[in-house]
Amino acid sequence: MSDLKGLQDLVSQIRRDIVRMVHKVNSGHPGGSLGCTEFMVALYYEIMELKEGFDMDGRDEDIFFLSNGHISPLYYSILARRGYFPVEELQTFRLLNTRLQGHPATHEGLPGVRIASGSLGQGMSVAVGAALAKKLNKDPHLVFSLHGDGELQEGQNWEAMMYAAGNNVDNLIATIDHNGQQIDGATSDVLPLGDLHKKFEAFGWDTLHISNGNDLQEVIEGLKEAKTRTGKGKPVCIIMDTVMGNGVDFMMHTHAWHGKAPNDEQLEIALSQNIETLGDY
Amino acid sequence: MKKYIDQGKKDTRSGYGAGMTELGRTNPKVVALCADLVGSLKIQEFIDENPERFFQVGIAEANMMGIAAGLTIGGYIPFTGTFANFSTGRVYDQIRQSIAYSGKNVKICASHAGITLGEDGATHQILEDIGLMKMLPGMTVINTCDFNQTKAATIAIAEHEGPVYLRFGRPKVPNFTAVDQNFEIGKAILLNEGTDVTIVATGHLVWESLIAAENLENQGISAEVINIHTIKPLDAEAIIKSVKKTGAIVTAEEHNYLGGLGESVARTLTTNYPVPQEFIATQDTFGESGTPDQLMEKYGLNNKAIEKAVLEVLTRKA
Repeated sequence: MSDLKGLQDLVSQIRRDIVRMVHKVNSGHPGGSLGCTEFMVALYYEIMELKEGFDMDGRDEDIFFLSNGHISPLYYSILARRGYFPVEELQTFRLLNTRLQGHPATHEGLPGVRIASGSLGQGMSVAVGAALAKKLNKDPHLVFSLHGDGELQEGQNWEAMMYAAGNNVDNLIATIDHNGQQIDGATSDVLPLGDLHKKFEAFGWDTLHISNGNDLQEVIEGLKEAKTRTGKGKPVCIIMDTVMGNGVDFMMHTHAWHGKAPNDEQLEIALSQNIETLGDY
Repeated sequence: MKKYIDQGKKDTRSGYGAGMTELGRTNPKVVALCADLVGSLKIQEFIDENPERFFQVGIAEANMMGIAAGLTIGGYIPFTGTFANFSTGRVYDQIRQSIAYSGKNVKICASHAGITLGEDGATHQILEDIGLMKMLPGMTVINTCDFNQTKAATIAIAEHEGPVYLRFGRPKVPNFTAVDQNFEIGKAILLNEGTDVTIVATGHLVWESLIAAENLENQGISAEVINIHTIKPLDAEAIIKSVKKTGAIVTAEEHNYLGGLGESVARTLTTNYPVPQEFIATQDTFGESGTPDQLMEKYGLNNKAIEKAVLEVLTRKA
């Protein structure tokens, strides 16, 4: 699938999946999930070179790590829609005995997931390790990762950033979901992040900016540009500005829907704003 | 009783280094990581021979654990190296989520464990690490007793699929187990047969237990000495079999009595074959500066303390 219309349809369908999943169990994180939907669609349908099927080692294909694991509704939806497991399984999200745990895990053997995440700040280190393994294996494929901006308050990220630049881990593209929101409010109020672009540059990363992370075309172009910057001695970072809750008007521009599910009425409004395209699960 | 000969004092961490050297030559999937303590972990030879398979992460242990988890994705077997304190307590959540819960094949190798770290004092002397690690589902926990056993264990854990915590120490201690031993994870080693009491020991306390057993023999007390190098999974069968014969047990470890080997043994016996037990361990305290010998004496972790504990437990035997 490479036509933009088809990808937009997918975005709409995944947004429906997200709000339906969290509504059903009255828990989960719709805000960040909705904000990164275009990014994940671009990544899994346009950017990454993927093999058929799933194996843990991910040899000879691009691999992805979700560090901000709380946006699991989006992650599960994209993995299911991309064929890693049946779409129907999305209805088991957060239910007892599910493979679709509240936060992503490998423990239940869900195809597509290579590391548990949710306790924040750990994904960049894991991505660096997997990128080092690719180099040892002489595998030219890339490692992609996604991180919340609030998550960068965890110090381990800065250890990983220092390591990756200092050791020329140039087969890694780490994207920061820069939505300016976290649980307690705006990042600028909770703990200001400062100029992330300059900080990554200062740490030795080649850093790009996607100014509208909810514009599918712009995200695809940004990711393609990032790919051209790999293999040149530096890890690559994309600071991607997004709107939390994008696509559901009452969830946008606020941290209120970071970890809150819509009620029945709100669900109907959300669904009315995102048409069914590929069929609900 | 059977005599064990000290082949010359050596540090257990050098056993780790020797094991890594061998793994570097025999297993191309083994990679080593270190957080600015190459000299302390004795892995320079591995690095010299396999520079592409060594990752110096600097003073950043959390990142080291994450990178190790990532390296398994691609088929590598990472061995992380730093002091026990920085291998466990400092990075517990990284180990918990990225390694244990994720089921990653990482070997967490920890030197300078316990009070025998010595003069650097309590900031560096962790006495809680066995407890922390054994509580993680799926984690194997090993505490070796001498150079030869540490080398053998290092080599053995590369063949074991799943996360392992391998604990060893700083000081030079008697090296008395066989040079080319076969290390079997989870299998207790019966060092001395006895009939009056069972002494179950791990790490540096194993040699001390052998000395205690010899002194007890001179007093007419027959002590069985078992080396439990693997605290998890615990060789319950070997321990139960022994206490069925002796009817009393002393556990000995360089660790807090809370969370250590002694508690694992107590749980096993309470649910299977309860007998009186005495604990040689630190008593819910931090350590302090001093020489290893001074500290082992002050905190009741030497052969004299074991001997006393045996006499005590014998008074409680039915």
